Amino acid sequence: MSKYHQKISHQEAVAIARSAFSTGRTKDVNFRLKQLRQLLRMYEENNDEILLALKKDMRKSKLEGYLYEVELMVNDVREAIRHLRTWTKPKWLRKNWLTFADKGKIERVPFGVVLVIGPWNYPFQLTLVPLCGAIAAGNCVIVKPSEVSVHSAAKMAELIPKYLDPECYHVVMGGPTESEELLKNKFDHIFFTGSIQVGRKIHQAAARHLTPVTLELGGKSPVYIDNTVDYAMAAQRIMWGKCMNMGQTCVAPDFIICTKEVEKAFIAEVKNAMQAWYGSDWKSKPDLARIINAKHFNRLKSYLLNSGKVAVGGGYDEDDLWIEPSILVDVKVTDPIMQEEVFGPILPIVNMNSVVEAIKYINGRNSVPLCMYVFSADRGVQSLFENHVSAGTFACNETIVQFAIDELPFGGAGESGMGTYHGKFSFDAFSRDRACVYRDFSYLADKLGVFRYPPYSVLKINFLSFLLHHWKKFNITYFDYVPHLICFLLGIFAVFLYNNIHDDN
Amino acid sequence: MRNYDQVLETARKAFSLGKTRSVSFRKQQLKNLLRLFLENEKEILNALNADLRKCSFEGKLGECENLKSEVKHMLRNLDHYSAPETLPLNLLAFLDRGYIQREPFGVVLVIGTWNYPFNLSLQPLIGALAAGNCVILKPSEVAPRSAETMAKLLPKYLDAECYQVVLGGAEDTQQLLRHRFDYIFYTGSSSVGRIISTAAAVNLTPVTLELGGKSPCFIDDDADCRLAAKRILWGKVMNLGMTCIAPDYVLCSKQVETEFVKVAKEVLEEWYGPNLQKSGDLPRFPNQKQLMRLTKMLEATKGRVVVGGESNPEGLWLDPTIVVDVDGRDSLMEPQNEIFGPILPIVNVGCLEEAIQFINARPKPLALYIFARSNSKCERMLEQTSSGGACVNDVIWHNLWPGLPFGGVGDSGQGSYHGKSSFDTFSHKKSVLVRGFGYFSEKLGEARYPPYNDSSLRFFTFLVKYFEASNVNINHINSSHIISAIFGAVFLFAILYAFNLVCV
Repeated sequence: MSKYHQKISHQEAVAIARSAFSTGRTKDVNFRLKQLRQLLRMYEENNDEILLALKKDMRKSKLEGYLYEVELMVNDVREAIRHLRTWTKPKWLRKNWLTFADKGKIERVPFGVVLVIGPWNYPFQLTLVPLCGAIAAGNCVIVKPSEVSVHSAAKMAELIPKYLDPECYHVVMGGPTESEELLKNKFDHIFFTGSIQVGRKIHQAAARHLTPVTLELGGKSPVYIDNTVDYAMAAQRIMWGKCMNMGQTCVAPDFIICTKEVEKAFIAEVKNAMQAWYGSDWKSKPDLARIINAKHFNRLKSYLLNSGKVAVGGGYDEDDLWIEPSILVDVKVTDPIMQEEVFGPILPIVNMNSVVEAIKYINGRNSVPLCMYVFSADRGVQSLFENHVSAGTFACNETIVQFAIDELPFGGAGESGMGTYHGKFSFDAFSRDRACVYRDFSYLADKLGVFRYPPYSVLKINFLSFLLHHWKKFNITYFDYVPHLICFLLGIFAVFLYNNIHDDN
Repeated sequence: MRNYDQVLETARKAFSLGKTRSVSFRKQQLKNLLRLFLENEKEILNALNADLRKCSFEGKLGECENLKSEVKHMLRNLDHYSAPETLPLNLLAFLDRGYIQREPFGVVLVIGTWNYPFNLSLQPLIGALAAGNCVILKPSEVAPRSAETMAKLLPKYLDAECYQVVLGGAEDTQQLLRHRFDYIFYTGSSSVGRIISTAAAVNLTPVTLELGGKSPCFIDDDADCRLAAKRILWGKVMNLGMTCIAPDYVLCSKQVETEFVKVAKEVLEEWYGPNLQKSGDLPRFPNQKQLMRLTKMLEATKGRVVVGGESNPEGLWLDPTIVVDVDGRDSLMEPQNEIFGPILPIVNVGCLEEAIQFINARPKPLALYIFARSNSKCERMLEQTSSGGACVNDVIWHNLWPGLPFGGVGDSGQGSYHGKSSFDTFSHKKSVLVRGFGYFSEKLGEARYPPYNDSSLRFFTFLVKYFEASNVNINHINSSHIISAIFGAVFLFAILYAFNLVCV
């Protein structure tokens, strides 16, 4: 018996969700809007409880919990409610000469029963924003929050059945063993946020069922800084990104590449910024969170002790799961901290002397980063990185903010993931195009296509080729502009008419 | 066992040099590809004839013309597709720039298949090329002349390092899959699709799978049975049934079935004469294995053959065959067994609901067809079933629509391509945000820095709400705006002239 007590088993939850999907009620846009409004109510009515759970799990401060979890969730569901009817409208297709008498459309349709697996670092946001997208797209959803963020998972398991249709949307709990069992079920789409190692396992489990996936993974997000920057702003923006959630953010700046000269100026400004923000006793400040558990604490502690030299911070406290925001210098690319994603408040600096060297190193790691950050006022340098380094997202002179802009699709490539979401892209992630063409039995429609039937001849080939492929030379959609042309001519006609009347007078 | 390390290394090196990132380079390659199709049509048709005895009508229309059209579509639209998509101007962040950049994945593996060998190998290649990737193409060994033709012609017209053709069989494909690719595009059967998908997952490689399945075809009692029969037979007999979106089986009542069979006999004779095998318009199976698969299915069926049924092993031929009295458990109806040949089983159902239940009890098909006069019945069928694509009152016809995303769902595949969908499939969306060090924009964002307090929380909440509401869309200026502007100018001119403020 699993230590995660459940009223029903995973298989039962999946079976109920399948049966609910086959009734067709999640395909109805009004039903989806109702569920989304319930989700919004859930966020608004339980704001304090959500923040409390975050505090219990990793001592997340109120502002971080509100701004980087609740506020993002609220805006996300509001956007979906506002735009859902537009998103679900079918797109009617342009015709060619052969399909003149027919109708064709592309519709976004749901996959069916989807699985959303959330991580522990922003447990509500990274589990419920995908859930919102899945609901908006018309799926039934099985949600599996991370067992590592215990209180947040329990809170989601408690709230979701209270607000959402309990047959269509289920929360299942469990650790790695239970997840493996869960993945033996066939899902129609799996959305996973988490580490590269687990992402690989999920992808393989999905591949066996031919299940498409969206994977939001991680990796090392490099930051390149050159000497054209405003050091104070650069230091603030980078440290803001690094200190948020104690660096346990998939889009956090992972490591820095710069020259020794830039490093010195940068560190000086970092010290100023940290002093202004946290005074001299950083540990006592409520604004800084904690490391999630002992396993991650030990991993980070070993980086501090085995890679480079501490230039800022370096302190730690095992009982409090506290690691001081730290900067390491004289780090070599072979050091332990440079082998996998830091996911903590330690910022290693690797010295390189040119843009070319930096790009070569980043591309040579054979691991496409989730984010590429470039701090430089030189447009040429920005362009070089933008055009020669593959990355999921790219930001100049800023960190993390690109994540929060809904109009920007968020996702990785290569090892940092596949697929994108946020805003309309969430809706797209959980739906697919279905093309439907409508013909009828009318005489005209049939006659247009009669040359397709055997016996074949050169005449038939040429005629059909013309209708199918050379029609663009005679694009009938120029007819779209006829109303504009008429108005334009009316304008001219009005002028001449008045001119003539005027002359007559 | 061949070693593909060199092939991969060449491709990776070519990609890292950045040649394929240039849009003008890609356009040049596409123009060269167009020349390939224009200058070598005869050789392509000869290869198709040698592999499948495909006649020039089907070869030209089903392969050559389609490919030329796809290349032209890409040439016409590539600038537009690859241009960064700018975000609506946001009044809060007006000092910043945000846009979506389309980035190629890198080195793409395209695995082709044998039923439309050129089409199903080169149409994905066109998409991958247009999106800026380097491509390794592995055409199917089951159509060897076509594969050899591609291997011979492509290096003559395209950059030989960026676009390579690799020949070989199943074992060679397995060898290739041991390497890491940045994207894999596979067309073929569901069972091999699973193997490809599992191999790709080891390296976290995204895939598009164009698989198959049993595409059902429902004929309502109300439908024009004669037209329905003609269209269904056309779709079934084309390429001797070896089309992934061919109607696999028919669902209808007994009375429709009788009429259907009667029309079928007339129509087949009208099209191909009394001896179908002698008609030059029908192709052949590529090998004995494909023929044997179908004859075995036919031997095991508990149904009754009413049309055709004869096979000619030496001629790699099987008559277009219709089998009636087939039920759901028949050998011809096994869910994992796409017929992929000229056998059309007819399963009797009493009504639309029974047909829907029958379809939903089986894996999701690539295409779904319904013949009915009633709009509500068509909508009910489409609403309650799931398929890659669907067509009402015709078959395969939906594939003729330009730019229609073509792809499956569930066991029939994932992802789609054709036209813009191809470009989208082979590129990923990279978000770009560019800020500066301006004083003003820094001041606006300062509230995010610690120490945190309730007033900064309130300020930020307000800012984020306003951020949402302050989107102004300046992206879509098109000719209608310009024409309206011209009209406005003319109107103003007319008014000024009326008040004698201007002279003409």
